[in-house]
Amino acid sequence: MRHVMKTALLLLALAALPAAAQDVPPDTLVKNVTLEVVDLIAKDKDIKAGSRAKLVALIEAKVLPHFNFTAMTALAMGQNWTKASAEQKKELTEEFRTLLVRTYASALAAYSEQKLDFRPLRAKATDTDVTVNVRVLQPGAQPVTLDYSMEKTANGWKVYDVTVGGVSLVANYRTEFANTVRASGVDGLIKDLRAKNKSLEKK
Amino acid sequence: MRTALLCLLLVSGCATVEGERDPRDPWEGFNRGVYRFNETFDEYVAQPVARGYVAVLHQEIRTRVSNFFSNIQDLLIGANNFLQGKFEDGVNDWARFAFNSTIGLFGIHDVASDFPGLEKHNEDFGQTLGRWGAGPGPYLILPFLGSSTVRDAAGTAVDWAVQPVGEVRPIELRNTLYGLYFVDTRAQLLEASRILEEAALDKYTFQRDAYLQRRRSLIYDGRPPREKIE
Repeated sequence: MRHVMKTALLLLALAALPAAAQDVPPDTLVKNVTLEVVDLIAKDKDIKAGSRAKLVALIEAKVLPHFNFTAMTALAMGQNWTKASAEQKKELTEEFRTLLVRTYASALAAYSEQKLDFRPLRAKATDTDVTVNVRVLQPGAQPVTLDYSMEKTANGWKVYDVTVGGVSLVANYRTEFANTVRASGVDGLIKDLRAKNKSLEKK
Repeated sequence: MRTALLCLLLVSGCATVEGERDPRDPWEGFNRGVYRFNETFDEYVAQPVARGYVAVLHQEIRTRVSNFFSNIQDLLIGANNFLQGKFEDGVNDWARFAFNSTIGLFGIHDVASDFPGLEKHNEDFGQTLGRWGAGPGPYLILPFLGSSTVRDAAGTAVDWAVQPVGEVRPIELRNTLYGLYFVDTRAQLLEASRILEEAALDKYTFQRDAYLQRRRSLIYDGRPPREKIE
């Protein structure tokens, strides 16, 4: 009997381990990741000197695991998402991800030295879809708001949209995506995204 | 009628637009014409001047210039907050103006921002009209000034008519201040415009959608009712 109890306890403890990592509340997650990245940027001479490649690599390692790019791409595509084949969905997500990471890197490089204000989360413990608010404080100007829309998944909280100063990135790509798909189909959009990413690589 | 007239002036800009019309942007043909004009002006005049300004003047001095104009704006921001019934915010804005104009030496030092609670706001008459219930109306690109809507253009006209720099004499000084204001504004946007350039597939559409989203958010002071994205 005691043996059974012991095994049960051990199993419970094991089951609790990964759960502990997943149960980081969304606002704590955003704060930890942001502060870590800002700190790493401040310490990195190459990034400070303007190395975009190194900054992108840093974001890919630290920030990307907390984003759900398939969800972001699906939201930006809207109804057209259902028109895409599995292969097209994969390519779209890949290209959109690359573009967003680049944009994010540029924004971080520009604003990483500003003071950040992490707002307390206004959500119930049972909520599975929340918005985490961060404000970038700039002297003499209204703070820029950064809102991370996050969803609870089996692998922890994942970001599915970022709203900068009231502008939702996902919503902002919707018209562009819809126009391109209407004019040249899903493949046309993939082609455009790829060309865009290529042109940015050269910079 | 007015649109038709403007179209005549900018014939090339009114070529038919491919695909469906966006209901928020019924004057897209005209807008794209003005947009092209603005882009060219920006590329050859505004941006080079702003870059030169950034290269020549130290950040410290540029911040003083930005603060000076930002301080004058606090007067209007406060007035707009009062008009929107947000009295506490209005008092806050005018307190900022009082502190910065005196202790901050005519606004060149933003001392008010060091006081907890005396945060800078973002208001203008376009937002006040929105708060009073006016819809944005069609999207409209203004020459030199860029993205706007019919409502916001009316707002800008009112803000511009009542701002105090217009009273500055001699005229040469007033014009110098206007010039400095535009260069300072463009210089502050250099980073943002570069990021926009990188992010957008079609800059016109991206900029328009961002502007409309941003204005909606500002009218609700950053907390607009959530629009369902599905």
